[in-house]
Amino acid sequence: MHGVGGLTTLLVLSDSRLPTGGHVHSGGVEEAVTSGLIMDLPTLRAYLIRRIRTHGLVAASVAAAVHTGALLPDAADRETDARTPAPASRAASRAQGRGLVRLARRVWPDRDWTALGATPHLAVAAGAAGAAGELTAEHTALSVVYTTMTGSATAAQRLLALDPGDVAALTFELSGLCNRTAAAAAKELADLSDPLLDALAQRHTQRERPLFVS
Amino acid sequence: MPPHFIDGQPHSHADRPRRARTPGEPLRIGIGGPVGSGKTALVAALCRQLRDELSLAVLTNDIYTTEDADFLRRHAVLPNDRIAAVQTGGCPHTAIRDDITANLDAIDDLIGAHPGLDLILVESGGDNLTATFSSGLVDVQIFVVDVAGGDKVPRKGGPGVTFSDLLVVNKTDLASMVGADLGVMRRDAAAVRGERPTVLISLTEDPAASAVLAWVRDQLRAPVRK
Repeated sequence: MHGVGGLTTLLVLSDSRLPTGGHVHSGGVEEAVTSGLIMDLPTLRAYLIRRIRTHGLVAASVAAAVHTGALLPDAADRETDARTPAPASRAASRAQGRGLVRLARRVWPDRDWTALGATPHLAVAAGAAGAAGELTAEHTALSVVYTTMTGSATAAQRLLALDPGDVAALTFELSGLCNRTAAAAAKELADLSDPLLDALAQRHTQRERPLFVS
Repeated sequence: MPPHFIDGQPHSHADRPRRARTPGEPLRIGIGGPVGSGKTALVAALCRQLRDELSLAVLTNDIYTTEDADFLRRHAVLPNDRIAAVQTGGCPHTAIRDDITANLDAIDDLIGAHPGLDLILVESGGDNLTATFSSGLVDVQIFVVDVAGGDKVPRKGGPGVTFSDLLVVNKTDLASMVGADLGVMRRDAAAVRGERPTVLISLTEDPAASAVLAWVRDQLRAPVRK
């Protein structure tokens, strides 16, 4: 089933070149590389699967709930905070939410974005943007899961000089997992957080000379 | 190319797209160019010359986090809270051209913290000859190359050399040591740039960067486009 916005809106919203400031965030990959957790394609694969299943699921479920109105932005903000204990993770999420809502205001100027505040969490902004684009809630969730994967995959490609074809093949391979995760996220709010991602995000802020903000 | 028409409207290729600057907004000047050409030194020189007469701020885009911002802070060219740095994920040209979100957010924060700003200098991290600022980010841009990079650089062109509003050829004092012909650089720059100005400077011989300073003052005086 497609929303009124259709598949093209879903593709545009999920395009990694969408100017929302996402390209300066690695989703913990830079710290994972620095820490020796990600060193090659198999370890990247394991990291992406974990990230999709934890952070991807949680963020997508918040986005879907905002999309349907099951959660108002204020409540969604608190629910996201509750699932994101590390201050660095919260800051990274809000920086990206700010970028997305900046673009959303430009794309859908007639909608009222004030309820989101200046620096909403990315998941909250994504839910509002998906609704504005008239996607289905599941497609809004899919967009969040997909960009959670591609943002990290692209960062790893850059940091480890991986073969872009290998990384692309990996993201194709994980498409089924993305679909299933989005479907689960659209059903109910996920009660989950990922201590590893929080620890990586927090440690990243103490590194000297990182390339990515998070 | 003579003026011609699209859908009955006059249409010219002389001007590149420009940001619609609203009255009261600070002027935003982009400063780009290859690694080591002297961008940060030029920013420092402009800050020293202008800080007593204007309210200004600097925003840097580094490859490695805050290197350039740290240099500017260490040399105390402006108070720390007027120097902001954007991290670029290893891609300064993306952050100034393709996805300018982080820069726009940082500019909003600078304006919010310093009402009445007159000028924001947006410095790109050292990049390649194809790097150029989006017209959504800056009002005008300076491209800095240097004599030591070779006197063929202006001939090679690229968006920065060709379309920047001011081309700065820095380190003229080194010309004789690196066998660079300043006349060739001047002539090649004029050939690709048409009416757009080029200045040749040496920050070691003229720490005030007088020629660039004069151009910046002209930009500050220029009326806001409606």
